[in-house]
Amino acid sequence: MNDDPKILAFLCNWCSYAGADLAGTSRIQYPTTLRVLRVPCSARVNPQFILKALQEGADGVLVSGCHPGDCHYLEGNYYARRKFATMLDLLEYVGLEKGRVRFSWVSAAEGGKFAEVVKEVTDGVKQVKDTSQFLKKRDWPSE
Amino acid sequence: MGKGATLVIGGGIAGIQAALDLADGGIKAYLVDSKPTIGGVMAQLDKTFPTNDCSMCILSPKLVDTGRHLNINIITNTELVALDGKAGNFIAKLRKHARYIDIEACTACNLCAVHCPVSAIDSYNEGLSERRAAYISYPQAVPLAYAIDKDKCIGCGLCANICPPDAVRYNDKDNETEIEVGAVLLAPGFDEFDAKRLSEYGYGRYPNVLTSIEFERFMSSSGPTAGHILRPSDGKEVGKVAWIQCVGSRDRHINRPYCSSVCCMYATKEAIIAAEHAPQMQKTIFYMDIRAYGKDFDKYIERAQEQFGVRYVRGRVAKMVEDPVTKEVSLTYETDDGKLATETFDLVVLSVGLEPPRSSPQFASALGIELDEQGFVKTSTFAPMLTTRYGVFVAGAASAPKDIPESVAQASGAVGMVQGLLGEARNTEVKAKDLPLERDVFTEPPRIGVFVCHCGINIGLVVNVPEVVEYAKTLPNVVFATENLYTCSSDTQEKIKEIINNFRLNRVVVSACTPRTHEPLFQSTIREAGLNKYLFEMANIRDQDSWVHMHEPEKATAKAKDLVRMAVAKAARLKALPNIELPVTKRALVIGGGVAGMTAAKTISQAGFETVLIEKSDQLGGNLTHLTKTLWGEDAQVFLAELIAQVEEDSNITVYKDTEVQSVEGFVGSFKTTLSNGEVIEHGATIIATGAVEYQPKPDEYLSGDPLIITQRELEESLHKGNFNAKTVVMIQCVGSRNDEHPYCSRVCCTEAVKNALTIKETSPDTEVIIMFRDLRTYGLKELAYEEARQKGVLFMRFDQEKEPQIVDKNGTITVRIMDELIGREVEFSPDIVALSTGIVAEADSNKVLAQHYKVPLNEDGFFLEAHMKLRPVDFATDGVYLCGLAHAPKFTDEAIAQAAATAARAVLILNKDHIEAEGKIALTNERTCIGCGYCVEVCPYGAIELAEKRVLGIEKKVAAVNAALCKGCGGCAASCRSNSIDLAGFTNQDLVSAFEQLMWEEDDIIGCCGV
Repeated sequence: MNDDPKILAFLCNWCSYAGADLAGTSRIQYPTTLRVLRVPCSARVNPQFILKALQEGADGVLVSGCHPGDCHYLEGNYYARRKFATMLDLLEYVGLEKGRVRFSWVSAAEGGKFAEVVKEVTDGVKQVKDTSQFLKKRDWPSE
Repeated sequence: MGKGATLVIGGGIAGIQAALDLADGGIKAYLVDSKPTIGGVMAQLDKTFPTNDCSMCILSPKLVDTGRHLNINIITNTELVALDGKAGNFIAKLRKHARYIDIEACTACNLCAVHCPVSAIDSYNEGLSERRAAYISYPQAVPLAYAIDKDKCIGCGLCANICPPDAVRYNDKDNETEIEVGAVLLAPGFDEFDAKRLSEYGYGRYPNVLTSIEFERFMSSSGPTAGHILRPSDGKEVGKVAWIQCVGSRDRHINRPYCSSVCCMYATKEAIIAAEHAPQMQKTIFYMDIRAYGKDFDKYIERAQEQFGVRYVRGRVAKMVEDPVTKEVSLTYETDDGKLATETFDLVVLSVGLEPPRSSPQFASALGIELDEQGFVKTSTFAPMLTTRYGVFVAGAASAPKDIPESVAQASGAVGMVQGLLGEARNTEVKAKDLPLERDVFTEPPRIGVFVCHCGINIGLVVNVPEVVEYAKTLPNVVFATENLYTCSSDTQEKIKEIINNFRLNRVVVSACTPRTHEPLFQSTIREAGLNKYLFEMANIRDQDSWVHMHEPEKATAKAKDLVRMAVAKAARLKALPNIELPVTKRALVIGGGVAGMTAAKTISQAGFETVLIEKSDQLGGNLTHLTKTLWGEDAQVFLAELIAQVEEDSNITVYKDTEVQSVEGFVGSFKTTLSNGEVIEHGATIIATGAVEYQPKPDEYLSGDPLIITQRELEESLHKGNFNAKTVVMIQCVGSRNDEHPYCSRVCCTEAVKNALTIKETSPDTEVIIMFRDLRTYGLKELAYEEARQKGVLFMRFDQEKEPQIVDKNGTITVRIMDELIGREVEFSPDIVALSTGIVAEADSNKVLAQHYKVPLNEDGFFLEAHMKLRPVDFATDGVYLCGLAHAPKFTDEAIAQAAATAARAVLILNKDHIEAEGKIALTNERTCIGCGYCVEVCPYGAIELAEKRVLGIEKKVAAVNAALCKGCGGCAASCRSNSIDLAGFTNQDLVSAFEQLMWEEDDIIGCCGV
């Protein structure tokens, strides 16, 4: 169990980031686990970022974009979806627990859904061990 | 040709929006306000419904934009004396009252107020606190300059002696000037009802009885108690608070017969915000009808009840008595079943109504315009922004009580009318902005300044801002960090510029609200200080931190630190990016040929731009074809026929009927829309005005399908044709509205029912009409018709959602049964006709298709979702696409017309330009490492990348070449490149990775610069 996990979130500017803002203006409370990075589109998220984030100690990663068909950049979220379907298979194959990496669709009108997603992904991450197994070695000399 | 300038009277939100739309659209604006500062009532509000947005936070960027706009001339302390000439060439005579402080010289250092020995009542805080005779209304004021209250000033000379820039002018005098303008836009707003007039409520005598605007000031962090809600009598915490609705509204005895339209919602908002301040507080709202008629209003009421425990009690308060010892107030009220109940409260808030501005008789005579019986500016349904004098337009609450989004829509709409009038003179009196050269910071090591915002108490109450500032100072490359009460206020913009210069900052991080609303403001601030606008980053510690972790201040502070660290890490890597200019196709496409679409097309055409109007049916007119007359008796069909003729005969408008959108390419400035008729339209702006449809009752619903059960629309048609014949008519409200399937109010049905009832009473006075309703929502001046209907004997019976009226048809005899709360048993009626007030529903399926074409969102009910509920009511977040009419939400014809004209004004902002600035954050190729595989070409949704033969480092090879005009900056290519050779400027791989590198490590692990 990990009681106070940190989750890195890549939110697309047009839908999910706006949805997260709406959760704020609606004062919908959700866990404090999320650290948000705004990206133009979920397609901007290189799958390597996810590995890198886990290496850097993130307990979980959330990537969220517009609903299928709603992408501000026409079809970016389809590319993202394809990439992450493959990515999730790969992560499972290397032994990463399910629930650590999550992909979701949240629109600009779905503040409530955004809060739900954060709760779910936080619960998912809490179920699994901490990420020390992935941590990159810090091998500079100590003072 | 007329003058290319317009006089805007009133510097509230409507006046500000109008001035900005005028000035951005090439017409110079003179913004005149009688007060020493602009901002109006919105600057006094704490929050706004139904989004609970912080009022000052959303207003402040507009204040700042207005204050620094080259083509807006703000003239404060000034009134209009006379208006001569005619539309196109007016001469306005203005009287400027002495301010006794020179605006240009004043630096707002506050020394005059510090040294002033005289106290005066602070009207910004509704008299709840004191200020000096030398004062500024509020810290974010525009223009940011003090004024001297001459009534209070004793002329001691202390301020004049102390003033460093020597700005005090004791011998300042009133003076008169004349300006030449082509049009006048009147936006003087409203005044609050004076609660002292109703002595039974004890206002002014009982210390614990406040008006709603006073309570608003108590909740505000800049208010008299810095946001703590305390009992005025003894400063104790408030346990129980009551709101009394309709104080100064819906009351013929005091000559305020109309409904003030906004009080139900603002009382609910105040109750919700009070609950956030003090969750244990018990909140009760005493009301007559809950008029939650606007978009998402009913959901807000529901949330207030379910989430925040707000209690709604239907009943008018009959008696109020103060306990002489405790100063608590006990209210006696009549309950639904006719009994009397008494309850005691710590605090009573009077929801005071909106009145016509007290200055309306003066400005009406100066302008030569007419007022209605209530004292509001006279307009008509089909020209809601036109006064009785051509060339003088009106917007906002001066023509009837209305809320912020409607005022903003009318403001933009009135600008649309001005654009139509002064189209030829556009761009004749405006200047282009002169910006300082951009400083080249490429070779400088990063020097980052961090500004952490308290946002009043929105952030500061939860996040420990000083701690975040101290933390920011320890981060690598940060040379300066500070906190601000409101980072977006105009004085802070000046401070930021000063700090950039003094500390030679070359990157700026603002840790405040969301970049979606405030990034442009700060970007233009740093640009004015000579920095490229892309050297800016925001950390969102309000919408995504303090507001969503209100009960976990420590964790929220830790999160805020992380977010600031991420922003600083990213900022350190930011590079200056060039601006890209894209051409504009000077043509608009309007989708939907109803009254909204036609008005938009006509207005754009009058402003001088070509327009294509498409309609999917075979005729223009939309829903208005079914309307015979308005509530005020105006003939809808005469108006409609005239409008259709104007549109069809206009050589600037091309109309395609039986036509829909098939596919869309492009973006703001250069859309390319293929229509179902094969035509390809190139256009710079798009207006969505696709309307909505009447709800069709389900077969089992209220026996619909029975020939004696008709809809309100059918009833109106039969009344018009004269074949109406019935002794008793029952009307049932909320059919297809406010239920689980359609959880919103359809806004128009109550008024339509009242209108038809009045027509029946007119043509056959003996016919009995019974209207069965849940809340009667004849808001604003429509209340007068409701009153008239009651007087003429129309019977109104209320029912609860759970106890809907029951209808049985027994051999052609209809019986309607309804529970009468007052007598506590069911009553029966046997009407000849039952009229169902069917609601308005979105065409969700076709809206969804269009939404996907133009990449704009829909709300849960299938209506289009605007960019911002309050201040961008007709815009989408996507540039160049606008929204009006029923496609936005249910509304009346005049509201649709206002929105339509507003979309025209907004579209003109694009069409008036030769070029628009495109996003600088686009893809860049590293040609040295590019292997020319072409993956990026395949994933690019815009076809912006092609493989080009190039000689790189002496080798001929294929490399990815990005077309800057086509690239929209999604970054799909960057995430797909196998050799990391193509990247997205502003969001490069390294930018993003550096933001979360080290993010999750414990604080001790962080190694700063040089291992410190």
